[in-house]
Amino acid sequence: MHLEEFAEGHSIWHRMDPRIKILGLFSFAVVAALSNRISVQVFALLTAIVVLMSAGLNERKVASRMAVVNGFVLFLWLFLPFTTGGEPIAQLGWLVLTREGIVLSLSITMKANAIAAATIALLGTSTVFDLVHAMIHLRIPNLLVQLFFFCYRYISVIHLEYTRLRTGMKVRCFTPRSNIHTYRSLAYLMGMLFVRSYDRSERIYQAMVLRGFSGTFWTLDHFHMHRRDWIALVCMSLVILLMVVGQLAGGIP
Amino acid sequence: MHISEGVLAAPVLAGATVAAGAGLALGLKELRPNRIPRVAVLSSALFVGSLIHIPIGPVSVHLVLNGICGLILGWAAFPSILVALALQAILFQFGGIVVLGANTVILALPAVLIHYLCRGMVRGRSHGVAWVGGFTAGAAAIGLGALLLGGSLTLSGEAFREAAVVAVTANLPVLFIEGLFTAFCVSFLRKVKPEILGTFDTLDHPEERL
Repeated sequence: MHLEEFAEGHSIWHRMDPRIKILGLFSFAVVAALSNRISVQVFALLTAIVVLMSAGLNERKVASRMAVVNGFVLFLWLFLPFTTGGEPIAQLGWLVLTREGIVLSLSITMKANAIAAATIALLGTSTVFDLVHAMIHLRIPNLLVQLFFFCYRYISVIHLEYTRLRTGMKVRCFTPRSNIHTYRSLAYLMGMLFVRSYDRSERIYQAMVLRGFSGTFWTLDHFHMHRRDWIALVCMSLVILLMVVGQLAGGIP
Repeated sequence: MHISEGVLAAPVLAGATVAAGAGLALGLKELRPNRIPRVAVLSSALFVGSLIHIPIGPVSVHLVLNGICGLILGWAAFPSILVALALQAILFQFGGIVVLGANTVILALPAVLIHYLCRGMVRGRSHGVAWVGGFTAGAAAIGLGALLLGGSLTLSGEAFREAAVVAVTANLPVLFIEGLFTAFCVSFLRKVKPEILGTFDTLDHPEERL
């Protein structure tokens, strides 16, 4: 199971210090999510698109990710333009399309896409291992980081167990249908996954204790901020500052 | 059941983040270092399990598994679900970083409630009662989660009410499937490895096991 689809590459985003990327993305996402001015949202979306384009990722894969993001947004488009009170602009039978409704749907669409695009460009371009390393340096509670790391580390292992069990079922002519037999078989499959992962976790823990694990992840190498990282940090801070000022200042909506 | 980024209003996001933080603190307090691998690898299993598609008639749904997660992990469901959702946000852009708190509460709060509500039934002597307990756990966790999802949408603005009603209703068939699935899963675990269904507190002291 290949989870880090975008982590390989040579763009500036791939080479950047992951600590900066985490901080930058987090502040960008918070400001973008809380903004309620169209101008700030347009700016956030455009910035995110430029950043994503400059990461030089496989277009088809990026497009399929963005399509998933827009699933929930599309669901909201079915309702919000008609259920928001305000100035009516069109009438479709008993449905009244309002200006405010369209503005609200548009603003949600822009925010969701901006944040998702930025997430792909900033976090997707690091390996999860680097992100974990950066999280430790950013003082995220060690227990939580360990949990995150182990969970990620064993997803592909457990997925392999899953495919093995699933192949075993297929060999025995199992085809999923809408019946109790299917639900029971798949539930037993899940139960077996729990049993396997439980036993595996015991072995992992024993192996760790054997090697002297005492509850903390120590970091042996540290990140070094290069000049390009400082420049990136300044640029990101400027973008975020601009968004905050745009949100708080009067004038354009 | 993922709310995407940019939908919820600021007060809802803030409230949910605080609630998720509190749940997380309680969950982490219970986790001594020796339980980290166990909770983490079970979280990986839940992550993989949520990729299983279950057919219902012409369509298929994917499992949420927060009921069984709550039964097995108790308060540790908070960190477990948070980590899984963070990974989904980073790797697949499902959900997001700012709504992480809200999505965590929507799944983990029902999981913890279910833990206290159904653990007696699931661990009892009778297989029949345990099956019913499993069904209740799976179904109620989805039901409560859907209500929290609908509630957080409605609190974000009057305009979201119709969308919230539809989102909650769409979860009703999932509720039934998830109930059946959890019930069968519980009865399997009781036969094959009952200690998984014990709390982690009693697991380290075999003499206290039920």
